[in-house]
Amino acid sequence: MAMPVIKTERRPVRSGDDVVRVRQVVRLWAVDLGFGLVEQTKIVTASSEIARNTLEHGGGGEVTLDALSDNGRRGLRLIFEDKGPGIENVDQALKDGFTTGGGLGLGLGGARRLSSEFSSDSRPGEGTRITLTRWR
Amino acid sequence: MERIPILKMGEFLLVTIQVDMHDRLALTLQDDLTTMIVKSRAHGVLIDISALEVVDSFIGRMLGNIASMSRVLDAATVVVGMQPAVAITLVELGLSLTGVRTALNVEKGMDLLRGSLAPANGHARHQN
Repeated sequence: MAMPVIKTERRPVRSGDDVVRVRQVVRLWAVDLGFGLVEQTKIVTASSEIARNTLEHGGGGEVTLDALSDNGRRGLRLIFEDKGPGIENVDQALKDGFTTGGGLGLGLGGARRLSSEFSSDSRPGEGTRITLTRWR
Repeated sequence: MERIPILKMGEFLLVTIQVDMHDRLALTLQDDLTTMIVKSRAHGVLIDISALEVVDSFIGRMLGNIASMSRVLDAATVVVGMQPAVAITLVELGLSLTGVRTALNVEKGMDLLRGSLAPANGHARHQN
């Protein structure tokens, strides 16, 4: 499904400071796209969860931001990619409370709840790609 | 190293978080606060998060940890000023901040802390 992309940008996710910068740039883009405050907060929070996942579980990676326009509907798509160990069992990882990193285990499942669309593609040993989109 | 200041106000400690915290800063705050509770013999901690535009699971966990640790150290914790959009997002994220007392603003938070010191609550103290 080809989606018209108005604007795109790639950002590194390689340190704790990068996670903060990802939150900030996602906020700016959400504001630009006309998202309301609650919508902004949801996508920024989701981005923070996945960015941390990319950093801690995936050993760092990148995020691609895409501003989307689909029949006048606007959205923000975030694609997080890493070349880490991958997620063995995505269904399990999406369950609340499942954690390998000592956190609360809310990251993936929580981010999915905060997104309009969510997909993950992970191969053990090759890496993980998590795509989340929030529509206005 | 960057740090979040902790102010002492009588028997209470006051923390106002005004920056978008990276994880390490949040952990430093957690450590600093527990150290300060013991050093200053504080009986209450008030954390103002009204300037925070995002509370994700990491920061949520930090708030929960601070509340638990201070409880063990005989101090009450109140988190005040959460923005409505943050509250909505937190609940959807699946984080209900169980065990963390909250108040709408600093004034109401201080009332809560003072109330927790009242002898009627079984918290009789010697003033010295």
